[in-house]
Amino acid sequence: MKKNLLKSSAVQSLIASLICIVLGLLIGYIVLLFINPAGAGDAIMTVIKNFFTYNRSETQLKYLGSTLVKTAPLLMCALSVLFAYKVGLFNIGAAGQYVAGACACLYAALGWGWSWLPCMLFAILAGAAFGAIVGLLKSYCNVNEVISGIMLNWIALYTTNMILTNVKEVASPYTYQMKSAGPDAILPSLGLDKLFSNNEYVTIAIPLAIIIAILVWVVLEKTKFGYELKATGFNKNAAKYCGMAERRNIILTLVIAGALAGLGGSLLYQTGYEQWQCTHSSVPNMGFNGIAATFLGGLNPIGTIFSSFFIQHITAGGAYVDKSMYCSQISDLISSLIIYLCGFVLFLKHAGCRRRRRR
Amino acid sequence: MTLLLQYTLIFASVLILVALGGCFSEHSGVINLGLEGIMVLGALGGALVMKYMPAVSPFVMILGTVLGSVLLGVLYSALLAVACINFKADQTIVGTALNMLGVAAATVIVKAINTAANPDDVSSTIQYASAKKAFLVNIGGFEFNWFMLIALIALVIAYVTLYKTKFGLRLMACGEHPQAADSVGINVYKMRWAGVLISGVLGGLGGICYILAGVSEWKFENGVAGFGFLALAVMIFGQWKPSRIALAALLFGLFRALSNVYFGFDFLVSLHIPGSVYNMLPYIISLIVLAFTSKKSRAPKAEGIPYDKGSR
Repeated sequence: MKKNLLKSSAVQSLIASLICIVLGLLIGYIVLLFINPAGAGDAIMTVIKNFFTYNRSETQLKYLGSTLVKTAPLLMCALSVLFAYKVGLFNIGAAGQYVAGACACLYAALGWGWSWLPCMLFAILAGAAFGAIVGLLKSYCNVNEVISGIMLNWIALYTTNMILTNVKEVASPYTYQMKSAGPDAILPSLGLDKLFSNNEYVTIAIPLAIIIAILVWVVLEKTKFGYELKATGFNKNAAKYCGMAERRNIILTLVIAGALAGLGGSLLYQTGYEQWQCTHSSVPNMGFNGIAATFLGGLNPIGTIFSSFFIQHITAGGAYVDKSMYCSQISDLISSLIIYLCGFVLFLKHAGCRRRRRR
Repeated sequence: MTLLLQYTLIFASVLILVALGGCFSEHSGVINLGLEGIMVLGALGGALVMKYMPAVSPFVMILGTVLGSVLLGVLYSALLAVACINFKADQTIVGTALNMLGVAAATVIVKAINTAANPDDVSSTIQYASAKKAFLVNIGGFEFNWFMLIALIALVIAYVTLYKTKFGLRLMACGEHPQAADSVGINVYKMRWAGVLISGVLGGLGGICYILAGVSEWKFENGVAGFGFLALAVMIFGQWKPSRIALAALLFGLFRALSNVYFGFDFLVSLHIPGSVYNMLPYIISLIVLAFTSKKSRAPKAEGIPYDKGSR
């Protein structure tokens, strides 16, 4: 019985992910020790605890809500990376597609005063358009999707800064508050905010993101369409030989991946939780953290829900460390270490299989 | 006009150095997407030397800075080598992880140094205005940077190494057909390690060169703004050949330089194009160039595939 349990790939993935997390945190702790041994233990505990650092349970609940608010967009970015990865494409452009989505929904909301659903659809469209460019370049011009994705990330960033400058506050680099300038565009909360000590930013974004994660799983695992996409990723030529439109599949994959990331932008900025800073000089980390969540989640949409929460949990936890000794980027360090270690996961899995076979 | 030439040459030098790094790594069979992270660490190494080394002679300063950046660049590239060559990890994932790790690690280190020196200072900026002077020679309004010469030397050495030496030809064999190379007694793992470490040397140099171009302080939170990937685009446009890489780097350097100096040209200012467009220009150009050149690309055949002695 025990042997069977160890053999199941889900359990293996889980164990591998846990190893990555433990090692990542351990190395993070060692780095903290080097910087200042006095507070390292406290600091790493702060990162792990995040909202549990507050004593009152109501406050904890409120900040759990805030973590969830940012988990939803992260989950969308992770799903975007995952969807493309299942088709053999590395969608590092998710970061730019997310930015494009944010730009579209913010401008539609603040500039044109659209209500929330059209704004969201517009964001999806913008993300999909950026994904489509990558897909077209990949399928017709054989451009490596990683390089074109990175280029489009920067193009999306500068375009967004340029466009959103039209709807920014006069005295600051931030866009208008959505609450005052585009109240119709704020996602409905359906009373969910009451569950989290009246955290006004908790909206339908959170359940929506989870539903989409399940949908992605269904499409990839239970439909002919998903099967065709995966077959294309596995062997492009074989798929073509079997009569699948391999070019169409590649483009479609990146359009869907782009749409998911674009929706991520809308799910964050349409809660009014953050304003866009029009002087952003680097692409927001959300898309890149999505890569971490994808691999930590064992490349499974359901696993990704939990890994996204974990990555966001430690990212938010990083903000609480004692600023007189450490900086909040320690959690970025830990999540990038986790991706690096995930690169080894395949090796660990193979090594495990080999050892068992030899026995 | 001299200003445009000066910026074009310095950015082209960065691109030549980093693209040659990518070229060595890919010819050995490893796709080095972590160049961006290697650049950040190289920049950090050089910047730390410039911050702490007492001002002696310019020559010692240049030597120290170069050594600092090369050292960190090589050490960091070893992380890629060990994962991709010995552990057969996915090169795309590891490269991406190294890019993120590079920025995060540099930020954490610089912030720790700044905060230790002054508890109120939580910035991730290193200043090196006085040390930077060692690198510059003013020739009638044109600021010559010693890195332009270093890039040129690197270019010549790279060309000779790749095409005229036993080592270079063996290296390229490992990227084209590692099994064949192995069958005639070449140690593929060693060759790939060499390729990646050389890319660490050149990537680190490119990193310090980049932060010396035009500014005298650097905020490490920003990384190197996609320059590692621009260098990869230059490499693809240059068809993995050093001489063509140099020409491609000049073209890309020109477009990058425009965003620094466009306000010096009356006709460009009169067009009233926002600055963001000039910032985007190198990326847009590289997309267009890649669209036209990737189709008939002559990439090393075995790049990106981990070498497994046992496989056929």
